[in-house]
Amino acid sequence: MIDLAGFGQQLLLGAAMTLQLAVAALVVGMVLGLLGAVGRLSTFAPARAAAGAYTTIVRGLPELLVVLIIYFGSSRLLSIVAAAFGHDGFVELSPFAAGVIALGLTFGAYATEVFRGAILAIPKGQIEAAHAYGMGRWLTFRRIVLPQLWRIALPGLGNLFLVLLKDTSLVSVIGLEELMRKSQIAVGFTREPFTFYLSAAALYLLMTIIAMAALHRGERAAARGMPRPGG
Amino acid sequence: MNVEVILANLPKLLEGALLTFELVVLSLVVGMILALPAALMRVSRRRWLQWPAFAYIFFFRGTPLLVQIFLIYYGLGQFETVRDSALWPILREPYWCAIIAFALNTGAYTAEIFRGAIQAVPVGEVEAATAFGMSRPLALRRIILPRAFRIALPAYGNEVILMLKGSALASTITLLDLTGMARTIIARTYMPVEIFLAAGLIYLAMTFTFVQLYRLLERRLTRHVVGAR
Repeated sequence: MIDLAGFGQQLLLGAAMTLQLAVAALVVGMVLGLLGAVGRLSTFAPARAAAGAYTTIVRGLPELLVVLIIYFGSSRLLSIVAAAFGHDGFVELSPFAAGVIALGLTFGAYATEVFRGAILAIPKGQIEAAHAYGMGRWLTFRRIVLPQLWRIALPGLGNLFLVLLKDTSLVSVIGLEELMRKSQIAVGFTREPFTFYLSAAALYLLMTIIAMAALHRGERAAARGMPRPGG
Repeated sequence: MNVEVILANLPKLLEGALLTFELVVLSLVVGMILALPAALMRVSRRRWLQWPAFAYIFFFRGTPLLVQIFLIYYGLGQFETVRDSALWPILREPYWCAIIAFALNTGAYTAEIFRGAIQAVPVGEVEAATAFGMSRPLALRRIILPRAFRIALPAYGNEVILMLKGSALASTITLLDLTGMARTIIARTYMPVEIFLAAGLIYLAMTFTFVQLYRLLERRLTRHVVGAR
């Protein structure tokens, strides 16, 4: 076993922070993605335009830049708001909050497209049938669209989550002590960059493998009651 | 919003964008050279050819690009044999380390795209090639690869955009690419909103230009296909 000079536990703490960050960003991103997809498919033109601009812009920017913009940009905005309430001084988002917002925005932009595709993949006849039964739009969405959305969108969302898991490493740049930052700290003490960055890589791989296995089970569970491909 | 700061620093930012462009193009070329053999190994019927390609693709797709860059730029220097080797003048340079990391990374993703495309070539066409008496290498060259290439086009376009965005990580190993340049200017002017906004607009301009050009290319390369777009 490789010698981690007592930093093994620190790396595990970092990995736990990485997971927290990923899950928090996932929640924010899912909400944004659903809102985005509903916006993209809305009959209300301004909602379509706003959702379209959101996904196009965020998907065209480097994730690192989004993290930096949220972290450094928000402090300016927050300071102005705070000043309006009579607080004069510097206000800033914590790296964790900035990371959750930035990664959530990115996830949401891609998830918008996944959800949009999934909503469009639901047979129109089912929606018409729901309307014929007298269901309103919200009820149709909740009872007919949403339960199936899950099954159709899950593979796409799973891939996005794997990307998100790796993108959490970018938040180390603004100083959040997740896995990557913890490794950098350990390198600073031990002068053994290869050992620690390789250990970090192994932990990321492990998290990816676990997430992949969980997603596989989730996909099977979501597709229960569906005919299996190939009979 | 201070537009003057943006205008005053625009030449610097464009200089950074040029480096970004250079890094992306070089990495894509090298990545493509790595991807083709990796994909062929991955679909090979021989186990001992399969698993190294699998391990390569799995590692580079399963870990963050940031870890890969740090492993190559900071990590390799840990070993005395590397520091004494003839390769050290290259591995010491952040520029080359960034290109090596990016190329290995995009190579792994591209290999996986190619693998999917090769496997998506209709079985009947491969069988027809065999029936015509073509050997496996000839069938690969004449039938499978040209066909796979076209199937892979849309997915490869996405990979190019991901690489363009990923290249922002070059700024973490002191390179003055578009993001790196923006961060340096901000350290001097302390105008993060303006400068990051300008950098973001330049990235968006690069993405949009690429998407438009790629759409033209795709249309040109698939013009013989009935009903394609």
